[in-house]
Amino acid sequence: MYPSRFKYESPKTIAEAIKLLDAGKGEAKILAGGQSLVPMLKLRFAFPEQLVDINNIPGLDYIRFDADGSLHIGALVRHEHLEKSVEITNRQPTIAAAAPLVADPIVRTRGTFVGSVCHADPQGDWAATMIALHGYLVVQGPKGKRNIDMKDFVLGPYANALNYNEIAIEAVIPAPKGVARGGYLKLERRVGDFATASVAVSLDMSSDTVLGAGFALAGVGGKTIDANEAASALIGQKLTDATIAKAAALVAAKAEPRTDHRGSAEYKRHIIETFVKRILIANSEQKVA
Amino acid sequence: MSSLYEEIKSAPASDIPVRQITVNVNGEPRTANVEPRLLLVHLLRQAFKLTGTHSGCDTTNCGACTVLFDGRPIKSCTMLAVQAEGHNVETVEGLASASELNPIQEGFKQEHALQCGFCTPGMMMAAKALLEENLNPTEDEIRWALSGNLCRCTGYQNIVKAVLWAAEKMRAELN
Repeated sequence: MYPSRFKYESPKTIAEAIKLLDAGKGEAKILAGGQSLVPMLKLRFAFPEQLVDINNIPGLDYIRFDADGSLHIGALVRHEHLEKSVEITNRQPTIAAAAPLVADPIVRTRGTFVGSVCHADPQGDWAATMIALHGYLVVQGPKGKRNIDMKDFVLGPYANALNYNEIAIEAVIPAPKGVARGGYLKLERRVGDFATASVAVSLDMSSDTVLGAGFALAGVGGKTIDANEAASALIGQKLTDATIAKAAALVAAKAEPRTDHRGSAEYKRHIIETFVKRILIANSEQKVA
Repeated sequence: MSSLYEEIKSAPASDIPVRQITVNVNGEPRTANVEPRLLLVHLLRQAFKLTGTHSGCDTTNCGACTVLFDGRPIKSCTMLAVQAEGHNVETVEGLASASELNPIQEGFKQEHALQCGFCTPGMMMAAKALLEENLNPTEDEIRWALSGNLCRCTGYQNIVKAVLWAAEKMRAELN
């Protein structure tokens, strides 16, 4: 399968890339890891006039915890960088749990975190993770930088809130007030398959009290599902059988699964509820420093 | 059958510049004129005639086209040839020396790790990437590292054994 014809530029700076996008008037597309875009080009689901390859822009591959505890992920951080990062393993359990479940190990060497968030695939792991973590994106366009909150970012399947002349240059996860806990579970028939259902959970804990929480779902709706409302069942409470059951039921109610060859809608909703419980129970049993 | 590479040699689209790229393939600089939409797997197979790299599913699933890109495994059907400009690419042709098989190839031979052989180049390149990071992998780690490579003959058992065999030989060679 060959993509349709396109022009290709590989700028060395973000400013240059923005200029190309701006000149493209919506017909230019950013190429980062390419692990979703290149297959879509080959299937001709996407046929941009121009690709703006950002892989040669230096300085975008950082994973950084600032002094205030916020986590910053540059636009060229690949999935495997997150999977192998000791700091992520120690300090950001939702991302640490999701990273080894993204696609397959070879795709993970190339695909990017920020690119996956922008791709906004309803099955995608990172958009859901970012929503559950109450994250935001730093985007840059001709007029400078702005932040887009994740709750406003995913507009629909493969649709995001970026203007055609903007680049998401960084994903930011705000610092927890207490200790960051959480997890990610995904059911798939085989490695690299589309998820039957996925659940991202973030927790902000002080001793055994929940200060904040976040939930998001992938694979069970027409777009990434924001289930952060369910945090109300936990905030200010301890993780007990009762609060866990209540939160899990609220999250499952937000799912919009459809019956298909991966399972019935009822089954998928059951999986969501079970996964939320499993993650919360695992966190309730963990000693919090 | 005409290939895209041949097509663009004869009739480049006037508004899309064909560009000359140089890629370091198995340690040697190779140059070609390519249209941006040419995939790396087709550059290797059609322009450089390195047909050891296979194009299988063409949809980023099967891993038959796996090559090492600056040392890390990638699916060469999911990268544009122009992106390889100035980078190092290792293919299965780079494994053996003039007189000796690479231990991974030897392992595949010893453990009968192929039937039809279509997935073999990708499996071996993914295994090479694993063994460069971890010369003492467990069976589980091997299965995990190869989980982006499909074998339609379902010969996984012997493929895993072959990688274990290669790891043991490579460890012995170090001592």
